[in-house]
Parts: sequence; C-alpha cells; structure tokens
Amino acid sequence: MSMRDFSSEHFVLEDGSKIAVIGGGPAGSFFTYFAIDFAERMGLDISIDIYEAKDFTCAGPQGCNNCGGIVSESLIQSLSAEGVVLPSKVIQRGIESYTLHLENGSTVIKTPLEEQRIASMFRGFGPKGNTDTNTASFDNFLFGLCQEKGARVISERVSEAIRTADAVTLTTKDGNKARYDLVVGAVGLNGKALSLFKSICPSFEPPETTKTYISEFQMEPELIDKHFGNSMHVFLLNLPNIKFGALIPKDNYVTLVLLGSDINMEIACSFINSKSVMKLFPRGIKLDDITPCKCFPSINVKGAKLAYDDRVVLVGDSASSKLYKNGVGAAYITGKAAANAAIFNGISANAFKKYYQPVCSELDNDNKLGKFIFSVTGIIQKSHLLKGALLSMVISEQHKASHKRRMSSVLWDTFTGSAAYKNIFVRCLNPLLLVSLVWNIIKSTLNLIFKKK
Amino acid sequence: MRNNKLGRLYRDGEIVINKGDEGSCLFVIQEGKVEVFDENGGGEIKIAELGSGEFFGEMGLFEKDVRSCTVRASGNAKILTIDKKNFYKTIQKDPTLAYRLLQKMSFRLRELNKKVIQV
Ligand SMILES: Cc1cc2nc3c(=O)[nH]c(=O)nc-3n(C[C@H](O)[C@H](O)[C@H](O)COP(=O)(O)OP(=O)(O)OC[C@H]3O[C@@H](n4cnc5c(N)ncnc54)[C@H](O)[C@@H]3O)c2cc1C
Repeated sequence: MSMRDFSSEHFVLEDGSKIAVIGGGPAGSFFTYFAIDFAERMGLDISIDIYEAKDFTCAGPQGCNNCGGIVSESLIQSLSAEGVVLPSKVIQRGIESYTLHLENGSTVIKTPLEEQRIASMFRGFGPKGNTDTNTASFDNFLFGLCQEKGARVISERVSEAIRTADAVTLTTKDGNKARYDLVVGAVGLNGKALSLFKSICPSFEPPETTKTYISEFQMEPELIDKHFGNSMHVFLLNLPNIKFGALIPKDNYVTLVLLGSDINMEIACSFINSKSVMKLFPRGIKLDDITPCKCFPSINVKGAKLAYDDRVVLVGDSASSKLYKNGVGAAYITGKAAANAAIFNGISANAFKKYYQPVCSELDNDNKLGKFIFSVTGIIQKSHLLKGALLSMVISEQHKASHKRRMSSVLWDTFTGSAAYKNIFVRCLNPLLLVSLVWNIIKSTLNLIFKKK
Repeated sequence: MRNNKLGRLYRDGEIVINKGDEGSCLFVIQEGKVEVFDENGGGEIKIAELGSGEFFGEMGLFEKDVRSCTVRASGNAKILTIDKKNFYKTIQKDPTLAYRLLQKMSFRLRELNKKVIQV
C-alpha cells in the first residue's frame, strides 16, 4: 500500500491540476461551472473531465434523472444573478401559482409578485416516446454551459476509483484509466456508484433514502391549459404513506410526483383514483392509456456523513439535499460550495471539513426542522377540521395585500422549496398567523357542529 | 402560444422603471430588450439598450436614492425581479453571488469613462 502525504501544501490545485467529476447531473455541472469560473478569476489553469453515463438528449430512462422538474424560485433568482438564463426550450412552463387541493376543497395561491418565478422542465429529453423537438433537457443545458467553459465530457461510466500516493486513478467500464488531483462524486443516489467511494473516502456514510413515485401523463397543451393552467397542483390528502402529492404541468405532459415513505404501485393508484385528483382531468379520460412512463426513484431523506477526504469530495444528492424539495437548488448550493472550497482553500480533508462541510451541515440541520414541518402537515392531512380551517384561512387571505398573506406564503415556500425550513418555521410562529389559525379552527368547529345539527 | 419564459411580460414601450421612483429590486431580462433613457434639457436621450441575460436597476440594491433613469420595454420583454431582501440574504451566505454584479458595474463604469473622455 502506498503512503499518503499529509502535508497540506500538497493539497492545493495548481496550474495543470486535473479534476474528475463523476456524474453530470446538476450537482456535477454546478461544481464544474463554478470551479472553472473561480479558477479563471484566480488566473488558475485547471482542467475538468465530467464522466456521465447517460445521454440527456434521449427520451425516457436513458436520458432522465427522475425528478418532478420544478426549478424553484430561489434557484431561478440565484441563477439569474449569476447571468444564467434558462432558454425557452428548457422551460416547459412558467409557473405563476399553486393550487392547494384538500378533500374539502381547493384554493389558488398566486406568486407574491404576480410574475412567473418558477419553471417546470424535463431533466432529459422528456418521457419515453417523446418526439417534441421543442423540448430541451435541463441537465443537457447545464452540461453545455460547462463545455462552453472548457470542461471535457467523457460519456462513460466510472467503475473503479483507486487512491495512489498523490492522486486518484479512475477506471471506466470500457477499461480506460486516468489520474486526477481531485475527484468529485456527483453520482446522485446510485448505490453502486456510491460504493466506488468506499476505497477513496473510507469514512463516508451514504445518505439515507426512501422510495417515491413519478409518472407522466401525455395531453394536448390546450387541454393542459384548460385543466391545469400555469399552476402547480399540490395535494394534502389523507392517504397512507403519502406526505405530499403534486401534479406539475409541462407543455404537453403533466408530471405526477408522490413523496412520502416507501411508496408502491397500490399507494400510487389510491392517489390517482382519488376524487380530488380525478376531477382535475378531462372526464372519461383513461389515465393508463396516456402514461408513457412511471418509476419509483429514491430520494435523499437524510444527508451523508463525512462526504469528503483528501482529494475527494461528494456533492448534491450524494452528500446533502433539501428534504422533499428543491434538490436541484441544493445541488447548486453544495456544488458551488465544494468548488469554492477546492479553488480557494485546497483539496485536503481539512479544507473540505472547514469550508465545505458547514454548508452540508446547514442543509442537514434545516432538514430536521423540515421533518417537523412535514409532521405537522401530516397531522393536518389526517384532520378534516384542521384542513377546513387551513382552507378557509388561505381563501380569506387571497383578498389581502401580499405581505399579509402569511399562511399562503408559508405554504408557498413549504411546497415550492423556495425558502429554508428554518425561515418557514419562524414565520409559522408569527402571533398574527397563530391567532388567525386559531380563529379559523374555531370557525370550522362551529361549522361542523351546525352541519351535524 | 407556449408559456415558456419567466418573469413579467412588459409590452412594447411599457415602463419598467420610472426615473425618480423609489426602487428596491434588480431586474434581469429573460427575453426581449429594454431601452434606458435619461433626461437632457427637457428631452430624453437613450443611453443604453440591454438584451436577454442582462440586468438593470442595480443601484436600487445599494443606494436608498430614487431611480436614476427610465427603462422601457423595446418590443415585448419578459423581465424577472430579484428582491433586495432575498438578494442580500443570499449574498450573506454566498458572497461570490455578487461577482457578476460587480463585474458588470465595473464594465459600465469603464464605458462611462470612455464616453466622458469622448465628450
Ligand atoms: C420523485 C422526485 C421528485 C423530485 N422533484 C424535484 C423537483 O421538482 N425539483 C427539484 O429541484 N428537485 C427534485 N427532486 C430532487 C432532484 O431530482 C435531485 O435532488 C437532483 O437530481 C440531485 O442532483 P445530483 O446531480 O446530485 O444527482 P442526479 O441528478 O441523480 O445525477 C447523478 C448523475 O450521475 C450519473 N452517474 C451515476 N453514477 C455514475 C458513474 N459511475 N459514472 C458516470 N456517471 C454516473 C448519473 O447518470 C446521473 O446523471 C426530486 C426527486 C425525486 C425522487
């Protein structure tokens, strides 16, 4: 076994340093984009190879990174400030409101500034069988930005990673080998790929996951306009295992996302066949006939531990994400933070611990509050009375000035993932919101009593 | 028509920023163009034309003063607002987010210097 060199001056990137990014999803691309950007600013000449096994220009599973396809308000704002504008082919639809559906009714909540601040997109070239040439992949767009900056894309799967004295050597499935000064793991939640890191990052503990559900419904754009509009439809229904269901309109597809714990086909069917969901679709439509794709992808529900070592760092889903929401936004945060640490502070385990880990810890700690918030929505989901109170509160808020729509903005941020859970939690403690909630609970109780009588 | 651009739609000639108004946000053009005007001896002079991906209104982020120019859509334009509060909260956590803004402001200053020298 070769000896490792622990002196920190050996763990800095220099002119000619080579970086490998395994995985070209959002986390890998964001790392690459910012690492090259920061290096350019510092006058540092580095090269980056991105290894990606998928082809994002293909429709269906070959090009898809299984996602609901919402680009959150906060990510859109940050990308805009970075000068990255999503091209119109990537944006399937600008989302301007969300519609909250409960068993006892529905209500529309508009974006605070009445402008389209959220985008729906496809990660690859749309669902299986998609032929719409007006579709462009989000992941491929990010890939393109990296290539424009000078990154090299290697369309191969990495199958082995071995540490040597002053580098890490990667081997691809096709048997090609290359030596790197830094290896970035952006492999998502792929178990086999995560196990590659056992040898080069021995203390790393992979994230915990649970199974979710996604399916696509193909419909004419005019029908989608009529039945779903530019609104993300969010469901809080009293169904087992489902914490949150959403129908996300695209141009000629509607994406269904179910999040919760260990969702299977039976649970998914109970959701799809519920009255609140079926009433949204055109009457008589057979959903099975318009479903080209369905899958049960994993989602990160608890961040990884020690996702770094000398010359190795993991980003995005492979490290820490945002619970149930805005995983692409979290990939931006962790990818950029790791690039920042590597370029400005070095590539030793200590540098990543000091300058990268705090960003992951912040996401992990925020998720603890997120879990609490979702357990409260779980209680609301099960109570007809609380759902009635919530609905009447949100409906009555729609006539008020935007800064007074407290519950609506809390729900907006909870469901769109636009704000940190801590921020949402603090806003929930606002006395005016609590008074209004109690008042609406009393009103709903009285309503129920009178109805029974 | 496919609804695939973000922000708010401003029709041709519609005012996005009015000189003298109070402002507290930055604007990023998602699609289309805007023209920037200033007043000169009772008339208006066009001082810039900006296109997709460019931003304006940045002074409103840093100063409490009123808007220094008028900005109008030239043709239909889709424009996204970046709120001051959110922006500051984000750069508090990630100061590198301000790099591009600084770079652009430095570029605009350089252009202005050139114009002053020409005059
Ligand atoms: C049901 C569901 C709905 C979601 N909806 C949303 C949403 O609406 N909005 C949102 O922001 N987030 C959403 N997410 C979360 C989001 O999908 C993830 O957080 C995000 O994809 C993480 O990006 P990543 O780059 O870390 O990983 P990934 O997107 O998984 O990318 C990993 C990449 O690595 C490649 N790879 C893996 N192993 C290898 C290897 N050995 N060699 C080469 N390449 C390899 C893969 O092919 C893949 O392209 C959702 C997640 C789920 C499960």
